[in-house]
Amino acid sequence: MKTLKTLYENIGLPRLIIALFFILLIVASIMLGFSPAALFSDVVRRWLMYGTLVLAMVPGIQSGIGLNFGISLGISSGLLGAVLAMEFAFVQDWNALYGAGSPWMTLGLALLLGVIFAAIVGTLYGMLLNRVKGSEMTVSTYVGFSIIAFMNIVWLSLSFKNGELSWPLQGQGLRNTASLSGSFGGLLSNPDVVQSTQPEWLHWLAFKVGDFTVPLGLILVFGFLCFLVWLFFRSKMGIAMSGAGENQLFTTSSGINVDRKRIQGTAISTVLGAVGIILYAQTYGFLQLYNAPLMMGFASVASILIGGATIRRAKISHVLIGTLLFQGILVTALPVVNEVVEIGTLPEVLRIIISNGIILYALSKTKGENQ
Amino acid sequence: MDNQYLLSMSNITKEYYGNRVLKNVNLNVKPGEIHALVGENGAGKSTLMNILFGMPVIFSTGGFEGQIYLGGEPTTIDSPHTAMDRGIGMVHQEFMLIPEFTVTENIKLGREIGEHNALSKIFGPLLDKMNWKQMSSDARKALDSIGMMNIEEYAKVAGMPIGYKQFVEIAREIDKTGIKLLVFDEPTAVLTESEADRLLEIMRIIANKGIAIIFITHRLTEVMAVADSMTILRDGEFVARKEVGETSLAEMAELMIGRQVEKLVDDDLLGERKLFDDRIALEFKDYYVDMPGERVRGMDVKIRTGEIFGFGGLAGQGKIGIANGIMGLYDTEGEVIAFGKTLDLSKLGEALRNGLAFVSEDRRGVGLLLGESIERNIIFSAMQINDQFLRRIGPMKILDKANADKHAKNMIRLLDIRCTGPSQVVGSLSGGNQQKVCLARALTMVPKILIVSEPTRGIDIGAKKLVLEYLTKINRELGTTIVMISSELVELRSLCDRIAIVSEGKVFAIMKPDDPDAAYGLAMAGVREEVAS
Repeated sequence: MKTLKTLYENIGLPRLIIALFFILLIVASIMLGFSPAALFSDVVRRWLMYGTLVLAMVPGIQSGIGLNFGISLGISSGLLGAVLAMEFAFVQDWNALYGAGSPWMTLGLALLLGVIFAAIVGTLYGMLLNRVKGSEMTVSTYVGFSIIAFMNIVWLSLSFKNGELSWPLQGQGLRNTASLSGSFGGLLSNPDVVQSTQPEWLHWLAFKVGDFTVPLGLILVFGFLCFLVWLFFRSKMGIAMSGAGENQLFTTSSGINVDRKRIQGTAISTVLGAVGIILYAQTYGFLQLYNAPLMMGFASVASILIGGATIRRAKISHVLIGTLLFQGILVTALPVVNEVVEIGTLPEVLRIIISNGIILYALSKTKGENQ
Repeated sequence: MDNQYLLSMSNITKEYYGNRVLKNVNLNVKPGEIHALVGENGAGKSTLMNILFGMPVIFSTGGFEGQIYLGGEPTTIDSPHTAMDRGIGMVHQEFMLIPEFTVTENIKLGREIGEHNALSKIFGPLLDKMNWKQMSSDARKALDSIGMMNIEEYAKVAGMPIGYKQFVEIAREIDKTGIKLLVFDEPTAVLTESEADRLLEIMRIIANKGIAIIFITHRLTEVMAVADSMTILRDGEFVARKEVGETSLAEMAELMIGRQVEKLVDDDLLGERKLFDDRIALEFKDYYVDMPGERVRGMDVKIRTGEIFGFGGLAGQGKIGIANGIMGLYDTEGEVIAFGKTLDLSKLGEALRNGLAFVSEDRRGVGLLLGESIERNIIFSAMQINDQFLRRIGPMKILDKANADKHAKNMIRLLDIRCTGPSQVVGSLSGGNQQKVCLARALTMVPKILIVSEPTRGIDIGAKKLVLEYLTKINRELGTTIVMISSELVELRSLCDRIAIVSEGKVFAIMKPDDPDAAYGLAMAGVREEVAS
């Protein structure tokens, strides 16, 4: 009885409810005749697609800035890196020059540019957050919204030659949604893309076992990123950062500059956001500009909270569990709901209820600094 | 019961969670007398007053034993409101005034005088029109009666000098009808010398009106100057009731400090060793720390290598600030010299890198990462400052888990930390064990100078003895210089070689542990002439 109670306390009520709901949906969808393999393929794909964006929450929480609603900064940096890389690849005609190597180079350049932008923006953002200690989450929410609006102007005013990116008729401004099919879309996760564009020896990147898709390339990349973050928080710098997030006075008295650690944490979070959106776009096959990333911060925040993180402590396991539950529900709910009731927007409604509800729940559970 | 006393609290006993803080205490106050309640921090003065005022904290922790008599009649006071009704008032140490209100409004707060009007006849007296004229004149009368002719009753409280605020508080209590007993809780602590003198005069004026006063203070000179009689408490016990005319400053000091029989450190641990006046481990030169509530204001002291040096003194006098300044938590001025090297305290971690280590007095706030494991807490500083417990993998320095684990287990055994293992979360340990973790973290630094601040605060007597003995042991065996800051004189006197008494941010006197109790009492109270003689 006692172990059962501690187990319950460890899992927590919201996760228990959501996990049960998830299981219920899976059972329902299988009973309704959906292919389990296809369903699980979808769950896994979405899990990996959003995973890095949720992982980006960890350094923010650990370094003490709380839930990084301003992850849109990282997302915008990543998107900017991606469109610049694609434009560069188009202008240089990499497809003709390098063939199958071209999408890899574009992906690499996108990541490189995205990381550089994110590192710079993240550092500045960290400096801003040090000036608003105590209300980081409010400020980061507004920063997150503002940068999207600002980037809308940027997307509108860029004039690119790449027809995949620019509005077909205007010659100026970028599209709402740009297809990545000629570029790095699906390179790590889509068996069809991998089989048709890549040489034989790379076919392990994504393959099918019966109806079940194994996006091995994406699994490895995401796993590696998780490992890096895990390793980082076992390093001298990472431990100092965790300390800064947990107890500023303690860390200061151990001779560590807390403000600097917070800036580093924010910058790393932003960089992971940039990497995350590129991996997201890669999996999705499209680059979504303008207002598409507006609420992505909320989805990431909700995911890690469902996973069991608090606004002061987060672990890799919280990322994995939280993303699986959150995305899993959305994936399974869509076909089930469509079958049961004919309201097309219900999964979207569900997403909003779950994400905002769980954020509210987590915030109500937090204890103030002085308690 | 003898009717000559206005207030008698007899045989009061109070326990907090099995911990006796008051044992059979008696307090008797005559009408119109100024009665001083004297004792060190933690002697039980506040608890006694909480009982007198029927504060909820008393009843939520199981009430108290004993009886209170008012004017000879047995009385129960079960809430602060009852206390007020019975004519007992309090002048608080922290002012309970609303800054944006005028003096009159503050004095009359909650007891406003109203006139009926059409609205209030329907909706009740809350909508009465204020009778400002009557209220102002009442306030004026109250102010005049304590000789405060120069405070205008229509001025706002905000921006007034602290002394004036104190007088407004007093006026508010005086204005209450039927006030018989006023408690002054360390009223002079925040006042300048002239304001304090003025306050003492006012207390006399009030007492002459027949109102009894209980005067809580540390300052023995003030007691001598103004009080008629006094009750002395020590460690929750009633020591004596004395008429001021029949006693001396020295006797009072001695009664207040008292030598406890119990030895906190065994004598065989305190072996003889030689200390040299020319081998200085740590020196403060005109040292200032800007720590609110514990300011250090120009401290000069030299601590010898291998010495156990104590800093004692009352709360708020600045002894706590000494360590927090070196730790880099508050801004400092002046010089701190460790083994001949002047430390640049504006650089974080400077002291740690120069062989100093700390155990903070604020265990939960500064000393520990409550959400982390024992192991992480123990190795944190040594890892960050000395690069211990790390392995190099490429450009990264990664935690050497095996090594850290071994060290943590070692420390757990050495200090007898009661836990399930090095991975237990520190927040779930008892106070004593948390303190040992703090100590383990400092010792992991292998310091040449160890600064411990309030090492036994909030831990039980067994753990207390162990911690103190361990400090003595590392001093004798490793030659570590120890600077110990503590509010408990007994503790300091049982193991320190010298003890500096800190008063108003400065070293007031440096004393030997076997100096007489009276000398300590006087030094703590800041009475210089007597110490010299």
